[in-house]
Amino acid sequence: MINKTLRSPLPTRRDFLKTAGTASLAALTIGFEWAATGRRAIAAVPSPGAPFAPNAFLRIGSDNSVTVIAKHLEMGQGSYTGIATIVAEELDADWSKVTVESAPADAKRYANLVFGTIQGTGGSSAMANSWAQLRDAGAKARAVLLSAAAKDWHVPVADLTTDKGVVYHAASKRQAAYGSLVKTALTLPVPDTVVLKDPKNFKLIGGRPPRVDAAAKSDGTAQFTLDFVLPGMLVALLKRPPLFGATVKSYDGTAAGAVPGVVKVVQVPGGVAVVAKSFWAAKQGRDALKIEWDDSKAEKRSSAALMDEYRRLADQPALSARKEGDAKKAIGDAARKVSASYEFPYLAHAPMEPLDAVVKLDANSCEIWAGDQFQTIDQGNAAHAAGLDPKQVSIHTLYAGGSFGRRANTISDYIVEAVSIAKAYGADGTPIKLQWTREDDIHGGLYRPMYFHKMEAGLTAQGELTGWHHVIVGQSIMADTIFAAGIKDGIDATSVEGAANIAYAIPNIAVDLSTTKTGVPVLWWRVVGSSHTTFAVEAFIDEAAHAAGVDGFTFRRKLLEHEPRMKAVLELAAEKAGWNSGPMPAGRGRGIAVAEAFKTFVAQVAEVTVDSHGNIKVDRVVCAVDCGTPINPDIITAQMEGGIGFGLGAVLHGAITLKNGRVEQGNFNNYRVLRMNEMPKVEVYIVPSTAPPTGVGEPGVAPVGPAVANAIFAATGKRIHMLPFPKTGAV
Amino acid sequence: MPTTFVLNGQSATLDADPAMPLLWALREVAGLHGTKFGCGMAMCGACTVHLDGQAVRSCVMPLSAAAGREITTIEGLKSKQAKAVQAAWVELQVPQCGYCQSGQVMSATALLEKNSAPTDADIDGAMSGNICRCATYQRIRAAIHSAAQSIKA
Repeated sequence: MINKTLRSPLPTRRDFLKTAGTASLAALTIGFEWAATGRRAIAAVPSPGAPFAPNAFLRIGSDNSVTVIAKHLEMGQGSYTGIATIVAEELDADWSKVTVESAPADAKRYANLVFGTIQGTGGSSAMANSWAQLRDAGAKARAVLLSAAAKDWHVPVADLTTDKGVVYHAASKRQAAYGSLVKTALTLPVPDTVVLKDPKNFKLIGGRPPRVDAAAKSDGTAQFTLDFVLPGMLVALLKRPPLFGATVKSYDGTAAGAVPGVVKVVQVPGGVAVVAKSFWAAKQGRDALKIEWDDSKAEKRSSAALMDEYRRLADQPALSARKEGDAKKAIGDAARKVSASYEFPYLAHAPMEPLDAVVKLDANSCEIWAGDQFQTIDQGNAAHAAGLDPKQVSIHTLYAGGSFGRRANTISDYIVEAVSIAKAYGADGTPIKLQWTREDDIHGGLYRPMYFHKMEAGLTAQGELTGWHHVIVGQSIMADTIFAAGIKDGIDATSVEGAANIAYAIPNIAVDLSTTKTGVPVLWWRVVGSSHTTFAVEAFIDEAAHAAGVDGFTFRRKLLEHEPRMKAVLELAAEKAGWNSGPMPAGRGRGIAVAEAFKTFVAQVAEVTVDSHGNIKVDRVVCAVDCGTPINPDIITAQMEGGIGFGLGAVLHGAITLKNGRVEQGNFNNYRVLRMNEMPKVEVYIVPSTAPPTGVGEPGVAPVGPAVANAIFAATGKRIHMLPFPKTGAV
Repeated sequence: MPTTFVLNGQSATLDADPAMPLLWALREVAGLHGTKFGCGMAMCGACTVHLDGQAVRSCVMPLSAAAGREITTIEGLKSKQAKAVQAAWVELQVPQCGYCQSGQVMSATALLEKNSAPTDADIDGAMSGNICRCATYQRIRAAIHSAAQSIKA
C-alpha cells in the first residue's frame, strides 16, 4: 500500500527502452511490442494464456505465478533472492508465488549498470545497480495491474490497494488476484513514470523472505552445470601445459584413444583434449596422453624469486597513486617512526564446483550452459573461438557452485576451452561438457596476484600521525585485458584500492605503485585489491597505534572523525565486542580492523587464543556493516559470516607457490581452506540506513585478516608480516 | 561389468568399469546428480554418501566396493534425522552457492543417526571433512543442533 509518493529515480528509463529497441524486447515480452518511441506498449494479439510481461524483468501468469528474470549470476551471494525481493516489493507480490529464472546474454536489456555496457556480475554490484531499475520495473507492472482492475470494475485507480498479489477495492469489497488481471493488463499501456513505495511501507525489503534457492540446495535438486546433461552429450577433459605460457610441441594420443569410452582426442589452443562418453573414461584417457611441451616462452621463475624482485622494486622509484603533502619529509622529521613490510602470496579462488561448461556447437550456432558470470564478454569470446557472430551464441546461466571472481574473467578461459574443443571435435552439434578437476583448478592460474607492501609512518612525540608512505609492488589485474583502458596514468585502481583511498586523516600521504609483469595469469579474487591492501593498512595502522601508545580502536576513531559511516561501524563493532571490557587473559587477544570496499563499510573485532605451542584459534569475530538500505538482513549476515570464513581461510592457510614455474599445490590437501573446526563464532550487526544499497558479497572479507593479526599481536606481542600466517609453533 | 548393490533402498545393477569411482557411477550411470564432485581425493566431502549407514567419500571408492552393500545418496534420504536436517537447513537458510550442501547434509544426517545430541566437538569431528568455500559453517553447526532438538521434541 502506497501512502506517500516518490518519483521514480530513473529518468533514463526512456533512453534505456529506446536503446533496447523492438527486436530484442520482442524476444522476451510475448504478445507485446514497444512502439518505436518506447512511449507505450501496444497489445499485439495476446495469445490465450499469454503472461503479462511489461518489461524485461518479470512475467505474471494467469495462474498468479510471478517469474522474475535475473540478469545476475547466483553463485551463493543471494542475488536471485535479492533481485526477486526488489521486484516483488514494488509489485506487492505474494512471495510464495515468486520464482526466478536467469536472463539470456543481452547487454541491451541486461547490462550491469555499474559496468556500463557489459552484462556481468561482480564488484558486489548486483543490488546496487539493480535497485532503481528493478523497483521501477516492479512498480510499473503493479501500476498496469491496478489500471486493469480499475477498468474491469469501473472504479478509480486511487480507490484501489494491493497486498500479496491481490488488488482490493475496499468500498465494494471486491478483490482480484494478479493472475486474473493479466488478460486486461495485456491491453493496457505501461506508464512512463511511476510512483515508488515509501520505504516505510516496505514489506519484503528489510524483512526475511527466505532464499528462493534454499530448499533445492538442501535436497540435492538444485541444478549446477555439473548436473546439466543433454542427450548424446560427451565429456571432455583438457590437458593443459605444466608451465604458464608453454604450448604443445607434439603429442601422441594413441594410448588415450585406446581407453574404452574415449571417442576422440583433439588438439586445441590450450592443450590436448580427450572427449569421451564419461568423466571416468575422459580422465583415464587424459592420464594416458603423451605430450611434449614447448616451454621456451613459459614462466620458469619461482615465487620466492619473484618476491625477492618485488622487495627490491619497493625501494625503486614508482608511480604515484596518491600524494598529499610531503610524506617523505614528514616521516623524516617525525619524532617517532614506524616501518613494516607485508608479503602476500598468489591465491586460487577454488570454488567448490570445479569449472565446467556445456557447449553445443554447429556451423551456425553455439549454445552454452554454464555458471556464467560475464555473459556478454563470454558471448563475444565464445563467438571468436567458434568463428561465429556473437548473435549466434546463446548463453544459459545456471547456478554456479561458487566463484569468488574466478568465473568473471575477460579471456573466458573455460568457456573458450569448451568451445574450442567442440570446434575441434567437428562442430557437428554434439553437446560436449568440459569438466575441470580440482587439480586443473588449483593449477589453472588467474590467481589473486602476489604483492609486496612496504610502509613507513611518522608520528609526533604526542603520537599523532603526520606522514604515511605506502609502496605496493605486484601485477596488474586489468593490464592487457579489455579493462586496460581503465588504467589511468599507469595506475590500476584494483592494485591500490583500499590503500590509495584510505579514510584516515593524515596530513602527508604518499601511496606508490610499482607494477610488475610475470607469466602468471592473475585475476580479481573476492574483495579484489582490498584482499591485500586492507591487511597492510590495518595491520600497519595498528603498529602505529602501538607506537603512539594508544589502543587500536581509539587511535582509528580519532583519525575517522570526518568519516561518519566508517566511524559508526568501527564504534558499533567495538561496542558489541566489548572492546573496553578490560584486558583478556594471558594467551588471548582482541584485534580490530575497518574497511570500505565497494562503498560498503565493515568493521570487525577478532578474539583469538594462542596456546603455548603457538597454535592460533580464532574464537569470535564481531562484525558491523553499513551497506545502505539492508535489502535482506539475513543474507547480509550470511555474506559477512561467509566472507569472514573465506578471508580467514586465506590468511591462515592460503598460498599458491611456484617452483621453477611449476605450481606446487594441487588439491585441498596442500591448498588448504577453512574447515568447520576453524570457524569462529561470528556476530553480525547491521547499521540501519536508508541510503541506496551497496554490496555485501565481498566487503566482509577485507578486515578479518588484519583484525586477527592484530589480535595475535595483542595475545603474543608478535606481528605478522608474511601471509599466510606462520604454521603451528612459529607465533 | 555389472555391479549389484542396494541403492536408495532398491536393488540396482550398474554396468560400468568396476574401478570407476562410485561418485561417477552414481552420477553418470545411475543418473543421480545430487552427489557432487569437488576434489576427487576425499579431501572435501562434496561426494559424501552413506555406505551401510556410514558417511563415505564416493569419489575415491570404486564401484566394485559397493557390491552387495547399501548405498544411500541424498535422493534416497528418508530417516527422521535426514528430514530434520533438511528442514533445519532451510529454516536457518544454510546454503549459499549450495554445491557442497548435499555432502554436508549427508554427513550431518550420518552424525545424527549415531549421536542424537552432538556437542560442538562432535560436530567438528564429523563435519571437518566437508569443505564449504562459502563458509556456511556457523549455520551448519546451528542447523545440526536445531535438527537434534527438533527430533527430541
